[in-house]
Amino acid sequence: MNQGRFSWFNATSLTLGFAFLYLPMLILIIYSFNESRLVTVWAGFSTKWYGELLQNEAFLDAAWVTLKVGLWSSTLATILGTMAAYAMVRMGRFTGRGLFSGMIYAPLVMPEVITGLALLLFFIAIGLDRGVVTIALAHTTFSMCYVSVVVTSRLVTFDKSLEEAALDLGCTPFDAFRSVTLPIIMPAVVSGWLLAFTLSLDDLVIASFTSGPSSTTLPIKIFSAVRLGVSPEINALSTIMIGIVTVGVISASLLSRRRSLRHKEDEQKALRQ
Amino acid sequence: MDLRRKFLIFVPYAWLLVLFLIPFGIVLKISLSDTALAIPPYTPKLDWSDGWSGIISYFSQLDFENYVFLTEDSLYYVAYLSSLKIATISTIATLIVGYPIAYAMAKSPSHLRPTLMMLVILPFWTSFLIRVYAWMGILSQEGLLNQFLLWIGLIATPLTILNTNWAVYIGIVYTYLPFMILPIYAALEKMDGSLMEAAEDLGCSAISAFWLVTVPLSKPGVIAGSFLVFIPALGEFVIPSLLGGSKTIMIGKVLWEEFFSNRDWPVASAVAVILLVLLIIPIMLFQRNERKQREMEQ
Repeated sequence: MNQGRFSWFNATSLTLGFAFLYLPMLILIIYSFNESRLVTVWAGFSTKWYGELLQNEAFLDAAWVTLKVGLWSSTLATILGTMAAYAMVRMGRFTGRGLFSGMIYAPLVMPEVITGLALLLFFIAIGLDRGVVTIALAHTTFSMCYVSVVVTSRLVTFDKSLEEAALDLGCTPFDAFRSVTLPIIMPAVVSGWLLAFTLSLDDLVIASFTSGPSSTTLPIKIFSAVRLGVSPEINALSTIMIGIVTVGVISASLLSRRRSLRHKEDEQKALRQ
Repeated sequence: MDLRRKFLIFVPYAWLLVLFLIPFGIVLKISLSDTALAIPPYTPKLDWSDGWSGIISYFSQLDFENYVFLTEDSLYYVAYLSSLKIATISTIATLIVGYPIAYAMAKSPSHLRPTLMMLVILPFWTSFLIRVYAWMGILSQEGLLNQFLLWIGLIATPLTILNTNWAVYIGIVYTYLPFMILPIYAALEKMDGSLMEAAEDLGCSAISAFWLVTVPLSKPGVIAGSFLVFIPALGEFVIPSLLGGSKTIMIGKVLWEEFFSNRDWPVASAVAVILLVLLIIPIMLFQRNERKQREMEQ
């Protein structure tokens, strides 16, 4: 769409829209520095809730479980999701391809309560004790599908003949994948990993179904705390989590913007020569 | 096909078969079983030691009793209907809030667009639970919204918003807004601005040009965005249980309570199967829309 006139109407929609998106989080952050335990009354600046949070063993344990589950499941999901994407895009026809693609897309639209229930009943049926392992298995299963979608969209846009050239020049298929395909799809693999990691850190419903008594994740902990109402410690915890995500997303997007700028410069240099 | 290629297909395939398809088979099977006071709390259990007669008697004990039960107890169809209603209303509300934002983004100067895009995506990376929780402090009786409305003198007594369906609508619109904005923005950004000029040259007013040109061209984005909001909203659990009240009945919450509070696994499984059946139609419509889009682009 051409730029045209940027009317007052558009400016108002943007301002109101972004106020709606960001004000609730901003309020949450401001009130995490509130002296009072009453979260609706401002009683002066204080960082005491952060101090209390850091002394709360239960939260720290839950954070550790969440991190472990997140790292394991996102790494496994990235490997499996990349394999699945490669199989779907490069392998042509094989028996059961339809079922395979259905199983990749279904978890994306499946309500979490159903996925959680199904996995729990499965773990009980095979007699696997619920804990960190079962949560990680559950998270791997749904996030590998997200990774596969992200990697697929990158694989379909890049030129297959590059791989074929490497094979013609005597590369083994594995070498061709490692030295040609992987570097090209790497940005998608990395963003797939980040997506899987965030999904895992975020998940309440599936983790509630598949966790055992000794393995509580941070979202489960937060959920049971906020069910009773708003609490300043949770505000402090939320602020820390929002801070980490903001820094992460902004620096990732700055890095990718700089990389694409450098890429453009290189192309221009090459053209001049 | 050599062994290595087979391996590449086999590993993710087997993973999904075991951890996705088989669990659903188990849900289906348990939904046909009966509740029992046992561990696990359902019957019959398959006994392989009896051979064929065991398997035959096992299958003869499966029935649709739980599904009949779901039609008899009004709680369940009320829950299905009210989930459909809440998902529909919030999808329309999200569209009304999201369309002007997407439109303004597409009209904004091109050097601003990457930043605006990032501002829309950023909340998506932030914890869903935290974004829902943020509204609890705002919407409560003595919350900031009521304090603000009292202060400007718009209301005389605080409104009850938290723990009603209103809070659920606000929560769904808020958390799913990026899913609505992004596809509409993508459709509007591709649009050729000279079409609008042509319409205006041919005597259309700006408003009728908008309805006759912009809206039809953004239709695929609107459809995609609406399904991306409607499908997850239908099975939503976190928003109704944190922001909704005891009168907010949504099927995701019912399933959760059936399983965790009542420990009725067969009924919970039957609820899950019906929810899945309800979802098949919007999912198929969504996929048809996506396929049509891809064909048009080629």
